[in-house]
Amino acid sequence: MLTRLNRLPMLAYYVATIALGFALWSILARLVGNGLLPPPETVARAFRSEYERGAFIDDIVASVRRVTLGFVIGVTAAIPFGFAMGWYRWGRGLLEPWVQFFRTIPALALIPLYVIAFGIGEFPKVLVISVATFLPTVVATYQGVLDVDGTLINAARVLGANDGTIFRRVVVPSSLPFILVGARISLGAAWGTLVAAELIAASSGLGYLVQRSALYFEVPSIFVAIITIGFIGLAMDRAVALVHRKATHWQERR
Amino acid sequence: MDIRVDGLTKIFTKARTPPFVALDDVDLACGGGEIVALVGPSGCGKTTLLNVIAGLTEPTSGHVTVDGVAVTGPGPERGVIFQQYALFPWMTVRENVEFGLRLRGVRRSQLRGVVDHYLELVGLGDFPDTLPKELSGGMKQRCAIARAYAVQPVVMLMDEPFGALDAMTRVTLQEQLLDTWGQERTTIMFITHDVDEAVYLARRVVVMASNPGRITKIIDVDLPYPRTQETRLSEAFVASRATVWREVWRPMVGGEAL
Repeated sequence: MLTRLNRLPMLAYYVATIALGFALWSILARLVGNGLLPPPETVARAFRSEYERGAFIDDIVASVRRVTLGFVIGVTAAIPFGFAMGWYRWGRGLLEPWVQFFRTIPALALIPLYVIAFGIGEFPKVLVISVATFLPTVVATYQGVLDVDGTLINAARVLGANDGTIFRRVVVPSSLPFILVGARISLGAAWGTLVAAELIAASSGLGYLVQRSALYFEVPSIFVAIITIGFIGLAMDRAVALVHRKATHWQERR
Repeated sequence: MDIRVDGLTKIFTKARTPPFVALDDVDLACGGGEIVALVGPSGCGKTTLLNVIAGLTEPTSGHVTVDGVAVTGPGPERGVIFQQYALFPWMTVRENVEFGLRLRGVRRSQLRGVVDHYLELVGLGDFPDTLPKELSGGMKQRCAIARAYAVQPVVMLMDEPFGALDAMTRVTLQEQLLDTWGQERTTIMFITHDVDEAVYLARRVVVMASNPGRITKIIDVDLPYPRTQETRLSEAFVASRATVWREVWRPMVGGEAL
């Protein structure tokens, strides 16, 4: 029975698990009672009314924009830092203490400082997300460079490659899989800090929607925001995963 | 002589361990398009010797010249074949072979022809667009050999190139290497721990011993080229193999550490 179950197409499991999740949610909602956990159909109605309210699409656009911008800036900035740390001893010595230090500081704790320094516009919001996405990619890139096979570097050297060529044609492609894994983790971090970023005097966005709904005790709308974040996050992760798979098709896989 | 090694010593020092003498005052000369095999137990410094000649390891003292020029770093006139193949996994077979040629500034219009020639030479003519992950171990090493030969080195340094392959593939690649060598006539320095392989390929077998790493004997193999599988069955082959075996085993049985 179990071996037969193992042979279904992946999509079948996805559909099954989502259906199971909804069923469980439905049952739990009825057990808990309406106030705290609204059942799926109530949330569906909330989706409709949020959409009809008009600002919902603006909220989505605002959040996707912040996440994408923060993600792209953070990851792009992280790659040269990661390379510097992995390739040069001085880079490791000078940068690693800072990276490790900032890695343990919660994004939320830095927000008051950002507000004092940069006000309450878009910039500090994107900055919160950038910092959160910067760190995983730095660490991943750094590890990727450390992991470059020394024999490949030697093979390039004996064929006449100088340091620049080795960097471009060996170190970069060889650490690319690591960088892309870092980017995927960073994307999760970007969505993870969105709500925190939108604590900064936001007037739109999915994180803002969560806070506003909480304020008026509109529990179904909180679910609307959470589910929307989840689905957009999932879609963006699939996109990055696709890039990952295409860019690393040369890797041996189990 | 293409390769000349004079008074080469390499001592590895590490904190909290006694210094390790990988090579102790080694002299060696080879060239003229010959194949020289280096055999010896692990720790006898054969890989270190090859890496110093390749310019990948700095000697503690002594020096190496190739074609009369002192070795100060790696260079394309010394081709190197690694046991682990060392193909760039993100490049196709063709791109791997092109790598060194592009660095030498070979023009795009000529690139294709040169690569095709060397792929044909090693029997990979049908696989130019294949990625390394889709090749067998033997095919990977043939690709690495094509890549090394394509830049037309003066000497070829091979560090147990067939060590990771099964016995049958190994024999096939030995034959193919002799074929390639017959056409290119580069001097080959070939490291192996397989005495059969050493005797089959080489005109001279350099026997090394460990602790400290040194050359104990250089044995001439009086077997005419071209050599075939029949050669392996000849009395002369058997006799040469016995001589080499005794020389390899003597210092080890003498209690000098394994």
